[in-house]
Amino acid sequence: MEPLIVSSSPHVYSEDTTARIMRDVVLALLPAAAVAVYFFGGRAALIMAISVLSAVMTEAVVQKLMKKPVTVNDWSAAVTGLMLAFNLPPTVPLWLPAVGSAIAIALVKQAFGGLGHNFMNPALAARAILLAAWPVYMTTWADPIRVAMSAAAADAISSATPLAILKGMEGTEAQLPPLWAIILGNTRGCLGETSDVALLLGAVYLLWRRVINWRIPFSFIGTVALLTWILGPQGLFTGNAIYHIFSGGLILGAFYMATDYSSSPVTPKGQIIMGIGCGIITSIIRVYGGYPEGVTYSILLMNVAAPLIDRFTMPRIYGEVRADV
Amino acid sequence: MKALKVFFNGVLNENPTFRMVLGMCPTLALTTAAINGIGMGLATTFVLVGSNLVISLLKSFIPQKIRIPAFVVVIATFVTVVSMIMQAFLPELNKSLGIYIPLIVVNCIILARAESFASKNSVFLSITDGLGMGVGFTLALLLLGSIREILGAGTWFGMPVFSDGFSPAVIMILPPGGFITLGLVLGLLNKLTGRAE
Repeated sequence: MEPLIVSSSPHVYSEDTTARIMRDVVLALLPAAAVAVYFFGGRAALIMAISVLSAVMTEAVVQKLMKKPVTVNDWSAAVTGLMLAFNLPPTVPLWLPAVGSAIAIALVKQAFGGLGHNFMNPALAARAILLAAWPVYMTTWADPIRVAMSAAAADAISSATPLAILKGMEGTEAQLPPLWAIILGNTRGCLGETSDVALLLGAVYLLWRRVINWRIPFSFIGTVALLTWILGPQGLFTGNAIYHIFSGGLILGAFYMATDYSSSPVTPKGQIIMGIGCGIITSIIRVYGGYPEGVTYSILLMNVAAPLIDRFTMPRIYGEVRADV
Repeated sequence: MKALKVFFNGVLNENPTFRMVLGMCPTLALTTAAINGIGMGLATTFVLVGSNLVISLLKSFIPQKIRIPAFVVVIATFVTVVSMIMQAFLPELNKSLGIYIPLIVVNCIILARAESFASKNSVFLSITDGLGMGVGFTLALLLLGSIREILGAGTWFGMPVFSDGFSPAVIMILPPGGFITLGLVLGLLNKLTGRAE
């Protein structure tokens, strides 16, 4: 007979389990994964497979070594692996995703206590580590194969991402790709970040399933749009906000990365602060910083601030008297 | 043998880096290469032995209220000696250690040993303690420096370790690599010696 478990209220039964939520995230990421394979070829699929496999294996091995129950069935390691693969350029050597996933799981997730205890988004932290460790591999971009095969783009071998061109980093002679190419994903960039249509499709699914809520992504994207419009290259209010929203990793970061449960605030007000903070840091890096893209660092910095945000936005318990009056 | 016990206390039980977690500034900043670790470790060892010797000789003459300034003056004397010797004979190493040689003056390992050991023990035991602590510090810096140099530059004492196919993880010789390496080594040592829980 099973022991009777008595717990305190609320006794609401929920169908939410870690595995259900994580499966939903994988489902939401599938369209973007398919688009990545379509535009970047079989190598994209290989990178994603290696990354996921390495993440799941690392989780199992580390949990075995630490004598904890092995929880690879909750899909969370797979999600981390897939997210990391989405943040890698299609040209990386194949050992890189394996090393990156191992770092994400062993160092950022399990060393700090496993699922729900990671203080940063594991996939993004691993990306930042990889970027500092092998900067050349992590910033070598490739044209999507669909463009490369057409004769019109034969001369476009330079390796600038749209954001780098927008910033004037790689010489002004490089032409900005048209907006529709950026939204569809037919442009240079990390595997999963380029196709905004596919990512938004998944985001709508996640919002509908209530896996994520609107607060962080909308305040994040809204802040970036506002700030990049105001802080334009030719003076105030000349920025190309639409272009900034759809290029780079903003959509991927805002909907899938910044909303990570354990590293973002839990209070509604705190989530909006998190989104605005991410937006400000991203815009500042994009407009003034040394890197063309700032989504990774903005989310990591706000991850670290999340406990503090939660502390200052904690709602008053109903009926409690304010301490300061 | 009390002397042996004092010596190995510094190397193992109370290792300044891995047990007492003292002197983190040079530990994190200088362990980008194995040779830097050895150089810094030996320089610190010399100062430790010298200052422990002099402070234990002077322990009954130093007034209690101004003992810390007195210790610092003694330590600074030996640091000046080390600094001048290194400038004269090891200009390369001196250049790569830079400001961290003069900063040995405020290294808390040395001040801690002066305060908690040399000012209370005999001259012989104080020298042994300085030697033990210095060797412990040197070994710790050598270990961290080796790990970081091998992974971050692909070399050990400047000699290539891997074949050409290996691309070193530059982050390991950058500041984050110092924190990551120190954290992992500390965790591993605590696990191995059963101090984790």
